[in-house]
Amino acid sequence: MKPKVVQYLEEGEFPLAEEEALRLYRAMRRARFFDEKALTLQRQGRLGVYAPFMGQEAAQVGVALALEAKDWVVPSYRESALLLARGLPIHTLILYWRAHPAGWRFPEGVRAVNPYIPIATQIPQAVGLALAGRYRGENWVVATSIGDGGTSEGDFHEGLNFAAVFGAPVVFLVQNNGYAISVPRSKQMRVDYIARRAEGYGMPGVVVDGNDAFAVYLEAKKAVERARKGEGPTLLEALTYRLAPHTTSDDPSRYRSKEEEEAWRAKDPILRLRKALEGRGLWDEEAERALLLELEEEFQRELALADEAPEPRPEEIVEHVYKEMGPDQKRAWEALRRGLHVEEVG
Amino acid sequence: MRVLNMVQAINEALDLALARDERVLVFGEDVGRLGGVFRVTEGLQAKYGEGRVFDTPLAESGILGLAIGLAMGGMRPVAEIQFAGFLYPALDQILSHLGRWRHRSRGRVGLPVVVRAPYGGGVHTPEQHADSPEALLAHTPGVKVVIPSSPDRAKGLLLSAIEDEDPVFFLEAIKLYRGARAEVPEGYYTLPLGKARVLKEGKAATLIGYGGMVEVMLEAAEVARKEGVEVMVVDLETLVPLDEETLLEAVRETGRAIVVYEAMRTGGFGAEIAARIAEGAIDYLQAPVLRVAGYDAPYPPFSAIEHLYRPNARRVLAALRKALTY
Repeated sequence: MKPKVVQYLEEGEFPLAEEEALRLYRAMRRARFFDEKALTLQRQGRLGVYAPFMGQEAAQVGVALALEAKDWVVPSYRESALLLARGLPIHTLILYWRAHPAGWRFPEGVRAVNPYIPIATQIPQAVGLALAGRYRGENWVVATSIGDGGTSEGDFHEGLNFAAVFGAPVVFLVQNNGYAISVPRSKQMRVDYIARRAEGYGMPGVVVDGNDAFAVYLEAKKAVERARKGEGPTLLEALTYRLAPHTTSDDPSRYRSKEEEEAWRAKDPILRLRKALEGRGLWDEEAERALLLELEEEFQRELALADEAPEPRPEEIVEHVYKEMGPDQKRAWEALRRGLHVEEVG
Repeated sequence: MRVLNMVQAINEALDLALARDERVLVFGEDVGRLGGVFRVTEGLQAKYGEGRVFDTPLAESGILGLAIGLAMGGMRPVAEIQFAGFLYPALDQILSHLGRWRHRSRGRVGLPVVVRAPYGGGVHTPEQHADSPEALLAHTPGVKVVIPSSPDRAKGLLLSAIEDEDPVFFLEAIKLYRGARAEVPEGYYTLPLGKARVLKEGKAATLIGYGGMVEVMLEAAEVARKEGVEVMVVDLETLVPLDEETLLEAVRETGRAIVVYEAMRTGGFGAEIAARIAEGAIDYLQAPVLRVAGYDAPYPPFSAIEHLYRPNARRVLAALRKALTY
């Protein structure tokens, strides 16, 4: 039997308080705005390689807004929307994608773990972080995120098993966007829904329309609540699509059709939510224009902040490898600071 | 003072750490009810409960990932990997994450994780149970590598490792678990990481090693002494950060250096020691730096020929003769 795919927008339902729905929309629109700007900056050579999330805003923002301030997110590298919705400043995110040291140190108040490149290793880490909250009596919930391709990795399975065994307060968000770079889901696994795997580990698995912000948000809230009450982890599979390339170095025309992309474009999570808001008289062209103006101002402000960040110092290469520099780092630090190489110093 | 073996000394250190700091957790495969396959964690679960001393599912990458997350959240995990040769499934967590978090977060997130793992041969174990992967670990920026050679040192070094703000691999030579005995001070004490020790003074040559090879070097030194040759013996104890100063000083005094390690020869940590000596003490050398090491092959699981792979005093003495007659 096929699992039920949770949807609200398709059925024309409006299960949220109006203010909550508007909050979701604004956060998603802001994330999309950032994504478009980031792509432009990358093409101008003002950003390094960038991984766009366009199309996956509902999945990421829906989960982020279901959390409380004390909760943590452990994202993968395509989760800039999740990070923005969690309160990571835009200029930090720009610096992060510029690989500037200042962008790699997230502000203390932001309960988000730095994203990184290896796949699925964050899953058991998220379980550990969740258990730490329990030990400390702080009862924080951890939301961690992975793509469909990442679920083929061993660490995904080890992490889910650990979470179930220890009853860890974790929400596993699988953003099933159909592709692991170029490899389609059908060549990645022989199971129709990834959420089915949840039962095998002993936790609930839920499938949501990942382009339906209401569905993601409400199911994420349930999963967070369950985790908070000590009822353990949940696997939340969000069916979605990445409208842009894997990264700015990728060419998706080699592995997917224009028709497929167009079909998903019609299911754009932002357009769908906007339609629902407009149907209730909560949004219109004018509100949209005002929001975009506000976002443009914010972005320019933040970009200026990022541009003002001082050039990294050469000796930063060997800083923060250890709490205290060892003799080898110290030697290199001195040399780099003097504009030399270690070999020149001896 | 009481005489303890290595297992008892390490158990005592874990006991003291658990008692002293509520953030300390001990976990791994079979460490709870069984007390570990070597009984290193014996009695700890009964004393501190399943919350603080617990068994994990059989998954090394999961164990390392769990430790990383716990440390991110403010705990001080002490994870056991049953044998150092079982670290391999967890290498991604180690190389890509454990050693990188402080740098990746530019100082925001440090990971005070200790990973204990028995290593090395000499006790007729099956395949993979006698591997010495310390060079792999030492080649990972951001982690420290400590290998004690006696129970009293193991206790103090382990307590330092648990107090340390950075990840520490603490490798315990299986052969020493019950084979090494020493007077071990009572109570809580720490010994500094990153310091090498001169165990024996001598003018003829310097033997350099760590962990399970220390007793082999001492045995060789004793035989040499009876033949009228006094050699210096250096126990590195910490491979990362390396105490290069003590190492080079010890080589400059004798002009001859022999590095002893039981891992495979090529790319082993002894190669690093030899290179450091070449960089820092070449003018003092009267003979090439020699290595006595395992062979370039997997450690043999067959007890009948194991003793040929693992360096022994006879091989160290042969190298010593070569260095002295160069």
